[in-house]
Amino acid sequence: MSTLKLLPPRDRARPARAPNRGAVLELASLEKRYSGVTAVERVDLSVAQGEFVTFLGPSGSGKTTTLMMVAGLQEPTSGEMFLDGTLLQPLPAHKRNIGVVFQQYALFPHMTVAENIAFPLQMRRVPKSEADHRVENVLRLVGLASQNSRLPSQLSGGQQQRVALARAIVFEPSLLLMDEPLGALDRKLREQMQSEIAQLHKKLGMTVLYVTHDQSEALVLSDRIAVFNQGRIEQIGAPAELYERPRTRFVAEFLGDSSFVPGVVKRILGELVEIETAHGLVRGRDSGGLAPGNSVVMALRPERIALAKCGSGQADNRIEGTVHQLVYLGQSRKLMIGLHDGSELCALTASAESVFNPGDRVDLCWSSSDCNVLAVRDGDAGAG
Amino acid sequence: MERHVRLANKMLSFAWWRMARRAMCGLTICYLVGPLLVVLVLSFSSAQFLTFPPPAFSLHLYRNLLQDPRWAASFVTSLKIMIPSAAVATLCATAAACGVIRLNAKAATLVSVLILAPIVTPVIITAAAIYGLFQRLGLNGTIGGLIIAHTVITLPYVFITVSAALNAVDPRLEAAASTLGAPPLTAFRRIVLPLIMPAVLSGLLFAMVVSFDELVVSLFISTPEVQPLTVHMWSDVMGDVDPTITALSSFLLCISLLAVFAQRGVRLMLRRSDVDLETAASS
Repeated sequence: MSTLKLLPPRDRARPARAPNRGAVLELASLEKRYSGVTAVERVDLSVAQGEFVTFLGPSGSGKTTTLMMVAGLQEPTSGEMFLDGTLLQPLPAHKRNIGVVFQQYALFPHMTVAENIAFPLQMRRVPKSEADHRVENVLRLVGLASQNSRLPSQLSGGQQQRVALARAIVFEPSLLLMDEPLGALDRKLREQMQSEIAQLHKKLGMTVLYVTHDQSEALVLSDRIAVFNQGRIEQIGAPAELYERPRTRFVAEFLGDSSFVPGVVKRILGELVEIETAHGLVRGRDSGGLAPGNSVVMALRPERIALAKCGSGQADNRIEGTVHQLVYLGQSRKLMIGLHDGSELCALTASAESVFNPGDRVDLCWSSSDCNVLAVRDGDAGAG
Repeated sequence: MERHVRLANKMLSFAWWRMARRAMCGLTICYLVGPLLVVLVLSFSSAQFLTFPPPAFSLHLYRNLLQDPRWAASFVTSLKIMIPSAAVATLCATAAACGVIRLNAKAATLVSVLILAPIVTPVIITAAAIYGLFQRLGLNGTIGGLIIAHTVITLPYVFITVSAALNAVDPRLEAAASTLGAPPLTAFRRIVLPLIMPAVLSGLLFAMVVSFDELVVSLFISTPEVQPLTVHMWSDVMGDVDPTITALSSFLLCISLLAVFAQRGVRLMLRRSDVDLETAASS
């Protein structure tokens, strides 16, 4: 069950807000600057109890820095953070009661699995008998019940990952942070761990902030995804919302594949906009705030493009192209289709249905509501 | 056929190389160990002078060594200097290494260079400088002065070993400990210290050996009343050569060997505990 929550649009002049009731974690205009470089720029976010929020973005986009500021391992330059209504900044990391799973697990190499997991309990002066009991329970929870007297170096990557997770949840923190916890695992194990993490999250109802650069991981795990780019949250929303309705070219590109066709807005038709492109007039959904004359790009998902023999396509939008290349992907085929202005679009068809060969003239068709028209901002790359 | 000949030639040249390498190693070892063995043999000589080979074997040099109270006194002086200076150097160097690793690169280099200065500058200059300073402070010829001087000289050795070990400790371990609720000092004591302990111990041993072996600085600041063993040996050799020195040298050689084995032992013990855990886990 996803909790969908949209933040109000950003307002530069707005002062830091008071903690929002019902939100476990609240970040207000959080910023981090190193000598001249802005690593994190005005990040606003509120996370509800039990919510799984993922920070998705390329490396250097500020997602890990934001996470480390919440953990208390890095100091924000400005802005405020609240956990359960308490201002976090004055608290050092060891008093925040936030569990962290690090990228390379950071298990203590000289302690056994049980000692590693008991460490946070010892720090909280939990009596030995109760601590033993809790360690045993959490080990069973992550499926490592028989490994308690091993050293981390004697465990496989996946097992170490589980120990790190067990250690971070055994003291029942108010918030669990995970920094690319599956980055070091191979694909199969990663997928298995993803579903285990998802199950664990459901079972324990914990609030989780999760950092990854893997979009499929973000889509599988999250209630909401915050897409980071150049230190800012580009867009935040439920996975389906981000995929279906990206508001910027960056989001459309980073989450799934998209082909882009540049154009200029001609007129606004309610929810839709009509734009003038090198291939004629086409229509798509307004991503918000467009006006006639704006430079835009149209973002097309490969699987939303229907292909038809030249002249026979029927849809709201239709442009012509030539099949350049066919790539067999197993359950589907990817077609690179050249347009008359030299640009290329990418389309996906089910393998069984594919009847086209390189050199064929085809119609590319799509329905207006399947395509998003995005404003072109400074710094966006050229036609793709 | 031709291929076989070539192969045979190749193997022959390989064998030649192997023999040459062995010979080279053998010669090097003889060059290093030979003089030590000669001293060891001489220490059991019955002669009153240094002659090789010894005319007959006897333990009279060892008797001399034990009967002369001055040797024992300077040995004790050396221990009195060695133990506190090695301990203080180990403490200070470990603390310094932990501090330096947290500095930015520029500051870290500056502080490291300062700490390492005593082994970078020629010993004679360090010795003269310490002598000049101690003259003003009235520390020359005192055990305290020798301890301070030896601490300065041994500190860099511990600093180097501990720094190397600290660099190998993942800084995220300390970060992880703090997110799990450990205050900074606890995180250091429970996580970092156990991980660098082998290096601290071998640094301590290193400092003890360096202090015990130190001659030049001690020569400057000691007096006939307060004389560590090395200075005593030096003045003894400068006079008429008493062959008792060979007995003493052999004795010190044994101590050095013990120190080396002790270090190995520490390493082995640490590894053994891992193995124990492993067998316990698999059983």
